[in-house]
Amino acid sequence: MNQPTPGGAVTSPGGQRRRALTKRLLLLPEISGIVLLVLVTVGFAIVAPAFLSMRSVVNILNIMPELGLVALGTTILIIAGEFDLSVGSVFALVPMVMLWLVNLGVPPAAAMALSLMVGMAIGAANGYITLHFAIPSFITTLGMLFIARSLAVILSNLAPPAFPPGMPVDFLVARIDRVQVSVIWLLVICAIAAVILHRTKIGNWIYATGGAQQAARDMGINTRAVKLSCFAACSLLAGFAGMIQTFRMQAPMASAGDGIELQAIAGAVIGGTALTGGVGSVLGALLGTILLRVIDTGMTMSRVDANWFQLAIGVLTVLSVVVNVVIRGRAARMRA
Amino acid sequence: MSDLPFLRCENLQKWYGGVHALKDVTLEFGRGAEVVGLLGDNGAGKSTLIKILSGAHRPDTGRILIDGTPARIRSPRDSMNLGIETIYQYTAMAPQMSIARNIFIGREPMRFNWLGPLGLLDRKMMNRVALQALRDVDLHLRSADTPVEELSGGERQGVAIARAMHFRSKMLILDEPTNHLSLKETTKVLDYVSALRAQGVSSIFISHNLHHIYPIADRMIVMARGAVVAELNRGDLTIEEVARLIV
Repeated sequence: MNQPTPGGAVTSPGGQRRRALTKRLLLLPEISGIVLLVLVTVGFAIVAPAFLSMRSVVNILNIMPELGLVALGTTILIIAGEFDLSVGSVFALVPMVMLWLVNLGVPPAAAMALSLMVGMAIGAANGYITLHFAIPSFITTLGMLFIARSLAVILSNLAPPAFPPGMPVDFLVARIDRVQVSVIWLLVICAIAAVILHRTKIGNWIYATGGAQQAARDMGINTRAVKLSCFAACSLLAGFAGMIQTFRMQAPMASAGDGIELQAIAGAVIGGTALTGGVGSVLGALLGTILLRVIDTGMTMSRVDANWFQLAIGVLTVLSVVVNVVIRGRAARMRA
Repeated sequence: MSDLPFLRCENLQKWYGGVHALKDVTLEFGRGAEVVGLLGDNGAGKSTLIKILSGAHRPDTGRILIDGTPARIRSPRDSMNLGIETIYQYTAMAPQMSIARNIFIGREPMRFNWLGPLGLLDRKMMNRVALQALRDVDLHLRSADTPVEELSGGERQGVAIARAMHFRSKMLILDEPTNHLSLKETTKVLDYVSALRAQGVSSIFISHNLHHIYPIADRMIVMARGAVVAELNRGDLTIEEVARLIV
């Protein structure tokens, strides 16, 4: 039984269900990331047809994990309602600590584990100071940005910058066919993060803490513990990402990860994460990262001057949020 | 039936810095299912009292008895475990999260419970139970997956009340539940509260709108400057007389 509506449209149970589905889809926070990714990819494919070749796709995949892991950690922390500006410095410091330990005679595996723990401890310190003294994480982690960077530089002057032989590089950066193992690490970690964030109790608490901290507290959630674990996880992921880069380049660099914190925030935002907390997803973090990497590679292949890259990121970041607001605003007014 | 009240607080005092926010308050709630209106101007001590009962703050002196036994309420969780559910005015829900998730925040049904916080949410059960709980308060929504921000203010109160009923609370504290609601929705919330009483659940209804409280309250407690200034049974005074007590 179809009834014409005043607008002339026909509503049927099926049509209504389809419209409800469309509405749900358009309300996804990742929607603008998806739209922009499709547009940008099509654009580059037209300008530089080689862009869609296997080789270029593999190329994009191989440079994704480092930014991807940092963006993932950043996204999780922003969902919980906090920030971390120090991830770029931790990105440099953790592998530096690892190599310093190896040079002191610590076995590589132990050095890796210990240095990752240092990364986690930095995150925990960020969290503890932020929460205990109730100061904005922007300030705490801005301080940590300088502290951790400085320590990385000091360590690199202390230890010979050479990459010691016998490091288990295959563990992170071996190539299977042409794809680097780190891509698999990224996918596995993202899968784990997705399950934790979207399917577990702690995931539910992270969204509640970031979306409505007072409500979460009133319902008996220990919001401090939730945030502290997110700070630690974010820093841990940044350190691990830095380790991957050091293994890939086989050279420690005190300047590694400089500015990656802002790219990670851009990636998170492009992927639909709300800076106000409570909204975001693992898929969004991945989408944001892919988009940044696609633009990076696409511009190179289209022979665009590399100096335009930052401009592109800037435009994209603002555009994605604007598109999101527009699309979601329209969708919210849709009847369904 | 015992004649002990569900909750009794004795000689509660609370200071915030130099401010004496609660002055020797002794009250009883829930001798049989009842609706108690808690009235008073801003700064009268209403919120301090309910924050203590809900575990958000601790009293400086005094004690709380549940069913006649001294109880320790040191956190919201303690209060909830004793059967006291509090619905705060603005902060009862996480707006971007689904109805089902909101109903179960902090008390999620789990699979693989031994994994602790990493245990998986039983989402099927959450959705099924959430829809049933909503139907119990006469809210018929198509899906419990809808984000709470898409609901009207009255529907949100309905969800919060459904949550309290589902967890078999013995007493519900509602902090200004009718603020910013339309007339129709206010009526709905008042209906929820009466329905709770019919099911044996007492409630404390905080409001500064006497017209919302007067028709449904079995008792009214009036506070001013941190102390209880009047306890009235239904029909003791006319609405005008009560209004004069508050100001």
